[in-house]
Amino acid sequence: MAVDTTEAAAAARQAMGGIGVSLARKEDARFLHGQGHYVDDVVLPGMLHMVIVRSPHAHARIKGIDSSAAMAVPGVIAVVTGELLAQHKLAWMPTLSGDTQAVLATDKVRFQGQEVACVIAETKYIAEDAAALVSVDYEPLQAVTTPQQAIAPGAPVIRDEKEGQTDNKIYHWEAGDKEATDAAFARATKVVSLETFYPRCHPSPLETCGCVADLDPVTGNATIYMTSQAPHAHRTLFAIVAGLPEEKIRIISPDLGGGFGNKVPIYPGYVVATAASLLIGRPVKWIEDRTDNLISTGFARDYYMDGSVAIDENGKFIGLRVNLLSDNGAFFADAQPSKFKAGLFHIVTGSYDIPAAHIVANGAYTNKAPGGVAYRCSFRVTEASYFIERLVESAAVELGQDPVTTRLNNFIQPEAFPYTSASGFEYDSGDYPAAMKVALDMLGYDELRKEQAEKRARGELMGIGVASFTEVVGAGKGKDYDIAGLRMFDSAELRIHPTGKGILKLGVKSQGQGHETTFAQIVAEELGIPASDIEVREGDTDNTPFGLGTYASRSTPVGGAATAIVARKLRDKGKLIAAHLFEADVADIEFDHGKYNVKGSPDNVKTIQDIAFAAYTNLPDGLEAGLEGVTYYDPPNMTFPFGTYLVVVDIDKGTGQVKVRRMVAVDDCGVRINPMIVEGQIHGGLTEGFGIAFMELITFDDEGNCIGSNFMDYLIPTAWETPRFELGQTVTPSPHHPIGAKGVGESATVGSPAAYVNAVIDALSHLGITNIDMPITSDKVWAALRSKGVTE
Amino acid sequence: MKVTFEINGAEKSVDVEARTLVVDLIRTKLGMTGTHIGCDTSNCGACTVLLDGRPVKSCTLLAPMLEGRKVTTVEGLAQGGKLDAIQEGFHAEHGLQCGFCTPGMMLVGKALIEANPHPTEDEIRWGISGNICRCTGYMNIVKAIQHAAAANAAENVAGVA
Amino acid sequence: MFPAAFDYTAPGALDEVLSLLSQHGDDAKVLAGGQSLIPLLKLRFAAPVILVDIGRVDGLEGIRRENGHVRIGARTRHRDVESATELRGTLDVLLDAAPLISDPLIRNMGTVGGSICHADPAGDWGAVMLAVGAEFVVKSASGERVLPAAGFFEGPFTTGLRSDEVMTEIRIPVGSGRSGGTYLKLERKVGDFASVATAVHVVLGGDGRIAAAGIGLCAVGAHSIKATAAEAALVGQAPSDELIAEAARLAGDAAEPKADIRGSAEYKRDVARVFVQRGLHTAINRAQGATA
Repeated sequence: MAVDTTEAAAAARQAMGGIGVSLARKEDARFLHGQGHYVDDVVLPGMLHMVIVRSPHAHARIKGIDSSAAMAVPGVIAVVTGELLAQHKLAWMPTLSGDTQAVLATDKVRFQGQEVACVIAETKYIAEDAAALVSVDYEPLQAVTTPQQAIAPGAPVIRDEKEGQTDNKIYHWEAGDKEATDAAFARATKVVSLETFYPRCHPSPLETCGCVADLDPVTGNATIYMTSQAPHAHRTLFAIVAGLPEEKIRIISPDLGGGFGNKVPIYPGYVVATAASLLIGRPVKWIEDRTDNLISTGFARDYYMDGSVAIDENGKFIGLRVNLLSDNGAFFADAQPSKFKAGLFHIVTGSYDIPAAHIVANGAYTNKAPGGVAYRCSFRVTEASYFIERLVESAAVELGQDPVTTRLNNFIQPEAFPYTSASGFEYDSGDYPAAMKVALDMLGYDELRKEQAEKRARGELMGIGVASFTEVVGAGKGKDYDIAGLRMFDSAELRIHPTGKGILKLGVKSQGQGHETTFAQIVAEELGIPASDIEVREGDTDNTPFGLGTYASRSTPVGGAATAIVARKLRDKGKLIAAHLFEADVADIEFDHGKYNVKGSPDNVKTIQDIAFAAYTNLPDGLEAGLEGVTYYDPPNMTFPFGTYLVVVDIDKGTGQVKVRRMVAVDDCGVRINPMIVEGQIHGGLTEGFGIAFMELITFDDEGNCIGSNFMDYLIPTAWETPRFELGQTVTPSPHHPIGAKGVGESATVGSPAAYVNAVIDALSHLGITNIDMPITSDKVWAALRSKGVTE
Repeated sequence: MKVTFEINGAEKSVDVEARTLVVDLIRTKLGMTGTHIGCDTSNCGACTVLLDGRPVKSCTLLAPMLEGRKVTTVEGLAQGGKLDAIQEGFHAEHGLQCGFCTPGMMLVGKALIEANPHPTEDEIRWGISGNICRCTGYMNIVKAIQHAAAANAAENVAGVA
Repeated sequence: MFPAAFDYTAPGALDEVLSLLSQHGDDAKVLAGGQSLIPLLKLRFAAPVILVDIGRVDGLEGIRRENGHVRIGARTRHRDVESATELRGTLDVLLDAAPLISDPLIRNMGTVGGSICHADPAGDWGAVMLAVGAEFVVKSASGERVLPAAGFFEGPFTTGLRSDEVMTEIRIPVGSGRSGGTYLKLERKVGDFASVATAVHVVLGGDGRIAAAGIGLCAVGAHSIKATAAEAALVGQAPSDELIAEAARLAGDAAEPKADIRGSAEYKRDVARVFVQRGLHTAINRAQGATA
């Protein structure tokens, strides 16, 4: 990686819109005019509308379905049931984790909100009216609502349809070295433990999921507009699930109104709409309402974690043990690389040099919605980061140290990179103390500690939270990371047209991250073609190269790398053409920001535009025409972004309300391609982290009724509650990424929850309060305070 | 039933069921898809339109309630090919990511600075608190509205001079 | 998500509204701003045969002071109370409560009378109206009644309003004494219903003693609650920290909260106490600073 940092280069980059330029977004125009094109905006001639009838029970046997009243409503075309799908072998589908999931329930319903039948009608109003008339005869069964209940002896077996499944256990998985870890704990002078629960939350993009399936009975062509973060992978899975010929399937993922992991899985609605379109011969639109989205699509977390850190006489961490119990809902539908049952949780050693670690993970079925998608996180990195940062806070309290000191004492040191962690990751680069220092200076940490001491003396509650996260993002490499067998590479196809302007086609898919701008900037940097001259296309499987899609912060690490590499291929081909034009030896051709010249004659240049024109008009003998290329990039390693987040809170003793006064976030994501967009990503992630820490929650009552099934109960912060963020940065490039960039889309959601919670605990720890599980609602804080006799 | 109203300056007369929600009327009947549906329970504001200049949630309005009134949607912001100051502000300050909340946010922002040309950050945050954005963390939306307010102020000064 | 089908009418005159209501009885529902009713229709928790939209009836909006009362047209929007700054010093509690109702967009449509008649136990105006001793003017084809706020709220979504009646006006008595008040609300986020809220309104006599006190509690019972024991403890007394603490304790005792996702019963009761205590301090300070 070498980014020229001279002033002249900076000016050139600015004009070009190259790397490091906060270029205003190319994609904005259509959104500003209300011309964004989302799935629900797709209208096709003859299009029908589908509404899903869902189970009101968490666990019940289906004794019968009577759809006659619904069918009698004028305008109703069909009522699809599981029985009908079973005739086409479509009643069940595979999940991303190698399990099966009911498309429409046939035998039992296994969670409240499960898909039972679909009504297809001329308008959505008619479909919804008729859906209320579908009568399902249920025999309620005992519901299992926690993984602890699920694995207890005698629990009702939820997945009794699975051959050989006699309990509710899904997996047992271990990582790290048990023996070495036991030895570390045996010689520890102090062991600090933490038991905590990361509750179920939901990505809830503002646009819900949906599709328009258009199957042409004559040609057999299947065009499916769908809310997909991974259109190519989805096309392959559709071919496998529905038995459709893959060359006839075209998935178009148009503008997405956010994703955050929610649009990674395949949901029953997509499958039924597609099947219905095939059977009826007309396009079928299915768009979730918010309740559909919250009660049935990919949730995140629901992770019970307990563990300990072994500490030696010098205050050094020498071992880490963690036990996990995961609530996966009724179907194991987590989105994660197939080798890793608990995702990448084994990044749990975090930013710390811990020589021995052992992780034990167990997963359980419950009568709750399936999911386990990564809500803005790279496969359970969020849970891991939360756990270690909360445990370090506990360790600091037990050691009687400032939490900053505990961290500085145990950080992996800058000279230790590349660093191999006890659980097997090779961290590419980092400078944790540097990021910490920037954050402390921005906050004015020492002054605030003084203020806190004064306030505490007056009985006022103020806390400062620290979290220094390290993420692992940008999967693959493909040998180690795959989803349903598909290796996690990604792709870029670059076509430079004769006039020197071009199209970049990607296998990843923006959900608002600004790919149309950022990726054009990479081309600008590499080829010297202004970003404004590069059109970026994504999301249409007929017109983009195969890729695994956008999630787990992988677009820049993988798709961005592919873009740089393909641009370099064209640059090299350009040298052959330049040599021809200059009548020089190719070895003597130099290239600098869009200009070719012969060594020693820097003033006689051919621009990349000249070369592009020549590629179609004036080629050397034996060279293929055109200036086009495609790259499938398999990263040699993941990238490891990191940072330090600091939060200051004030707590109202009378009500338990927590007010976030300050939030400083210092991120190091390597080289920033478009700093404005990077900061936007961080702002969004810090807000979602704030929501998770303080209000976002999906919970269930004892019968398995979902609480948090609409935005009246699933609380998303508004501008009023959301803190004002202060951002800082350090830049430690990734040594293996072509432009030194790391993923950043999820850092803030991964890193910030622990910072918020640590701030609350820091305000209360002198009272003996050591943990409050998220979301930290005012009633929980009040109860903790009252338990220690604090009152107003 | 027949409902007659003005939308983005043009009079429309439509025949709809009384229960039709205004957001569905706009999206389906009028084919203007810039007004979005995000939550169905009047919590998110993706469906915001201006009703006689005041921002309201069109998912919580029945079509016949429009009779004789004036509606502005995002499609009515740009005039004669020129972006409104609020649109310029959102572009310049990176006030949008996925774009789904953006029409509602811009309409609220526009109404806000029309009623209060020099809003404080708190006033802006309070003013947009009926609209959810899942992407931006609101920081740049606040800046976008400030940007538009400043541009309007500059234009007014220029207009006076 | 959208409502089941219904008939709709929007009469231009109140007489027509009243005649329709007497004709349709429980089958009819009055539509004002619709910000509570339309969500219920969409969730299909309510399915009236006919909606009678009062949006085109003249004379139902506006705030004016007349004959020792502040008179608020029942269809006045929350937003218009929010901007009625002339009420500062007279009815602080209204001005403090209005901006805390739901969110700014809902306040542009939602109406004071609609919210009162909807009688959500977590609706803000109920507690405010109890605190200020409001009266509600309701009309039917058979005549007019004036119902005091005290006793109006009977249970969740249940009031003394008959199905053939429509509320036309809210009347709040404003005396000559120095008054102050405030509304404190604990909500999980903007737009949420109250977890707990309290409305406090006090009037000081010429001697500095509390001449009148009104305390309304929101979201801590089956309906808005008037904390009468706490009010009685205050009246005739000189303000003091001890008096306020005692009144707040009595107000907390008057709460009948139920545990839910927003917190335990004990929590809500204690927040009611804390808020009444804080609210009384603010109200009395404001009254002491006011000119009669």
